[in-house]
Amino acid sequence: MAHDGFWRRARRHPSFVLGGTLVACLVLCAWVALFWTPWPAAEIDIPNKLAKPSAAHWLGTDSLGRDIASQLLAGSHSSLLVGFIAVGIGLSVGGALGLIAAARGGWVDEAIMRFSDFAFAFPALLLAIMLTAIYGPGLVVSITAIGIFNIPVFARVTRGAAQSVWTREFILAAQAAGKGRWRITFDHVLPNIASVLIVQTTVQFAIAILAEAALSYLGLGTLPPQASWGRMLNEAQAQMFQAPWLAIYPGVAIALAVLGLNLMGDGLRDLLDPRLARRR
Amino acid sequence: MTLPSTPPLLQVQDLHVHLPTSAGQAHALRGLSFTLDKGQTLGVIGESGCGKSLTALAIMGLLPEGAQVTGSIRLNGQELLALKESELCRWRGARMAMVFQEPMTALNPLHTIAHQIAEPLRLHQGLDARAARARALQLLERVQLPRARERLDAYPHQLSGGQRQRVMISMALACAPDLLIADEPTTALDVTVQKEVLDLIGQLVREDGMGLLLISHDLGLMRDRVQQVMVMYGGGAVERATTEALFALPAHPYTRGLLAARPRLDGPRGARLSTIAGQVPPLHELAAGCAFAGRCPKAQSDCARQVPPWLAVGGDGVHQVRCPHWSLA
Repeated sequence: MAHDGFWRRARRHPSFVLGGTLVACLVLCAWVALFWTPWPAAEIDIPNKLAKPSAAHWLGTDSLGRDIASQLLAGSHSSLLVGFIAVGIGLSVGGALGLIAAARGGWVDEAIMRFSDFAFAFPALLLAIMLTAIYGPGLVVSITAIGIFNIPVFARVTRGAAQSVWTREFILAAQAAGKGRWRITFDHVLPNIASVLIVQTTVQFAIAILAEAALSYLGLGTLPPQASWGRMLNEAQAQMFQAPWLAIYPGVAIALAVLGLNLMGDGLRDLLDPRLARRR
Repeated sequence: MTLPSTPPLLQVQDLHVHLPTSAGQAHALRGLSFTLDKGQTLGVIGESGCGKSLTALAIMGLLPEGAQVTGSIRLNGQELLALKESELCRWRGARMAMVFQEPMTALNPLHTIAHQIAEPLRLHQGLDARAARARALQLLERVQLPRARERLDAYPHQLSGGQRQRVMISMALACAPDLLIADEPTTALDVTVQKEVLDLIGQLVREDGMGLLLISHDLGLMRDRVQQVMVMYGGGAVERATTEALFALPAHPYTRGLLAARPRLDGPRGARLSTIAGQVPPLHELAAGCAFAGRCPKAQSDCARQVPPWLAVGGDGVHQVRCPHWSLA
């Protein structure tokens, strides 16, 4: 896709700039936390529990004396990991199913879409609980559950967008030039729905981060000592009346990450719209 | 029975197409038959919904899903209706090509001109990227696109309507097909550009010796540009003739109505244009007999009962009409 002057227009798009900055901060935090956190994120220091913010502990410590800033930094790993892999599963499997459904039509389309309806109607939480019951809690289980949840979402979005491309006349012209169904899918359909998929990816990424936090909060996600924003919330709940601020930090982190991704998605939706791109 | 030494370029026989619609099965093409020889040009004319475009799509094998086709379509003697989809793909673009009505929507907005012209070349002739690009430039020069070299990397929205249609034509010609189908190729263009594009198509068809099927609702465009004309109404042909004969002696009441409805510069000022009363009936409501009977000024009681046979008009052996009452003044 050639979108001339994409970056030039992107710099002037307020919600893309804000969202992009937030997402960049998130990625930067996760990258920094790979090498360094102010304190080891899982280090327990009971005498220092529930400490107020200070030069040593920027955001204070939790009920076990763990440094909150370090936990937040390290917790971004879980969020991003789940986001990338779960959305990757959804995009690749669901996207492929959607493209096949739109290209083949008929009973293939019907079968894929009924499967999607079924998968869509099946509560994601129930799936996560089932998987946890079978395999025990952990990051892999939450990734799998969120990934499976993403498949029908992407299948539907892809199929809908692809179907509308299939009705366009340049597809008929491509067929008249002798191109087969799969060649048309990759050469004509996919580039024309790429922007829809990119936007959907950012939205699903945000949902995946929320879902990871929710599963961890419920104890179905990451296990200690691996840090996770959702589990920080869960632990903060027990201290709700002694130290309510403990819930605020991970809550704000989750909100900012989701807000950043959604704003970036909105911005991309505008920036990737070819009708807007033509107005140089 | 002796077989002809060379089959006609295109032979359509008793072609029926049924389309599924919300109002039930529509019998959209009703026993259409015609032939087109190599190097010949045939105009297909009729109102919207008479089956012109459907005929083109049926030949290309691009009818919408669920369409039922019976009859025979032979290209160079090969029965197209018997081909599998994968085999048809090798015929489309290589031996038969199509130019569409609306060049803006028929080009992919996300690909460059060079990419779109090069595609059929790479697909059918196996050219590599560099050779295909060089050939694309030749083709653009052949369709007289101004500043062709710069336009190779342009996107469709950067060209005017006429320029885009030239690009479409160069795509259709890329693999030197035997049959070119042009479905209302100039309807979306300005009048001045219409003439240029039609002249270009005519010139290229003559140079390459292709057969041309030119579809239009505009009789005036056909004149001087095609050798024969077939008039369609309600999913079937009602009259066929050489272009000269058709204009000299239009026989079918529908053809006469079409000719009379053309605006004329030499007519009296302020005169109202002649119209054909009524409208094209929906395809699923057509009567068993002549489809035009309901609107025909000369309709008799027998018209609606059975489809009239072909009758010869004049002595040239080509001009035929499907109306027993054509000679009534």
